[in-house]
Amino acid sequence: MPSERPLLEVLGLSSHYGPVRAIHQADLRIQPGELVAIVGGNGAGKTTLLRTLSGLHPASDGCVRFAGHDITRWPPHRIVAAGICQVPEGRQVFAPFSVEDNLRLGAWRQRRDRDWTRREQERIYSLFPLLAERRRQLAGTLSGGQQQMLAIGRALLGRPRLLLLDEPSMGLAPLLVEEIFRVIVELNSQGVTILLVEQNARAALAIAGRGYVLETGRIAKTAPAAELLADDAVRRAYLGY
Amino acid sequence: MRLAGLYACAAVAAALPILFPDNYFVTVVGISAGIRVILAVGLNLLMGYAGQISLGHAAFFGMGAYASAILTTRHAWPALLAMAAGLAVVGASAWLLARPILRLRGHYLAMATLGFGIIVHVVMVQATRWTGGPDGLAGIPPLNLLGWSVDTDLRWYGVVMAATLLAVWLSLNLADSQVGRALRAVHGSEFAARMLGIDTGRAKTRIFVVSALFAAFAGSLFAHQQGFVSPDSFNLIVSVELVTMVVLGGMASTFGAACGAIALTLLHEGLVVFEDYEMLIHGALLMAVMIFLPQGLFVGLSQATRRLWRAARRGG
Repeated sequence: MPSERPLLEVLGLSSHYGPVRAIHQADLRIQPGELVAIVGGNGAGKTTLLRTLSGLHPASDGCVRFAGHDITRWPPHRIVAAGICQVPEGRQVFAPFSVEDNLRLGAWRQRRDRDWTRREQERIYSLFPLLAERRRQLAGTLSGGQQQMLAIGRALLGRPRLLLLDEPSMGLAPLLVEEIFRVIVELNSQGVTILLVEQNARAALAIAGRGYVLETGRIAKTAPAAELLADDAVRRAYLGY
Repeated sequence: MRLAGLYACAAVAAALPILFPDNYFVTVVGISAGIRVILAVGLNLLMGYAGQISLGHAAFFGMGAYASAILTTRHAWPALLAMAAGLAVVGASAWLLARPILRLRGHYLAMATLGFGIIVHVVMVQATRWTGGPDGLAGIPPLNLLGWSVDTDLRWYGVVMAATLLAVWLSLNLADSQVGRALRAVHGSEFAARMLGIDTGRAKTRIFVVSALFAAFAGSLFAHQQGFVSPDSFNLIVSVELVTMVVLGGMASTFGAACGAIALTLLHEGLVVFEDYEMLIHGALLMAVMIFLPQGLFVGLSQATRRLWRAARRGG
């Protein structure tokens, strides 16, 4: 539906670490309800791109439009309030906090709406029954997969209109990767727009509708995910066969 | 249940003067311990929960004390009004200071707050026309609560204990609130906290102001109780002692900070007999605590007792 206004529109976005350019002139467009994957190798700039979108890293050029607002220079808390929530690389759960408290922190913007928070928390627990059994357990004692579920749950409590997922499969056993990706698909089918960044290109493109290939900070290619999966160059570079 | 510890403290505070009337340690030392507990609990909100350091907290303590001293002696303001004015001045200066200063981290924050403490101390010494200079200000009237004059040690003990319990209660509530959790998140990972939409700059600014207000409140009580203030009570050593209390208490626990404050006050009293060696023994004890009880006195000792208790049960 090209006529529909995109939820997220990124135009000519660049971002630097000191003098080093990490993202160069990136263009990105996500329609409401889409599941979009960004694939690329180590150091291609995937994490920097997400951090620039969520205001955690300053953009040096270009602009980011979200739901009709130019959010390029907004501070992170305003961007979260607008509806972009991130599940960070390495999960970053608060280790000395219980599972429950981690989730409550995710609902920081909604903290005055206790009923909503409680209902949403229960929804997360039904999405991840493993977490429900461990409500009072400290997040630091969870396994990697459980921490990933917690990080996703925590981001969902931020009431996202766009969920950014940074390498959710990192360091997880294949079975758990499957479980996490199953949940991502389920969330998307419930209407959450998702931008998924992955090194595990095959798994990401298998569930995504569209994909972008990021190479040394530039968008090298964009196409429907099935097309990328079939593309020879992409296969050789990222799928290893 | 959360407040059980508070009720226990209130019971002990009330029982002590009944069990030991006219005891120097209960009244005089108790008052000074209470004021220090307010200071330590306030600083712990900033250090223990939010993970920010302040090496200039004596400045806020001093500003609260001097505001009360100057307004009551020179301008004949009623004590409570002077206290409120002091709190307003300290709150406003802490807020103005927080914005630029809390952008700094670690050592830089320590240096910046240290600098602030030194500047305030210099003003106390040099601005002789207002502050009386190095000689300080004398003749501060006792606190007057709606006609009830706080003019005996026992009355002071009651007032300071009530104020201390209030401070502890506020701190416990704050720590257990959504705001307290956000502060601990900032402490854990400021980056992750920002990612969740917590305005970390604002959270840190607010807790810095609250922490300074605790100190100013303690300062005002201190000024009225002593009847005299001088710059010596608010110098750098005092700031360092306050940090020591919080660290001794184990950080991130209200009761820990309170225990640290009481322990250090008692240590002072106990070491007075050693005169010149006081600082030496003081330092050695601190080092011992840091080596053997790195989580602080409160947490460290409670864990040690639990271990002993278990060992004893197994042995018996």
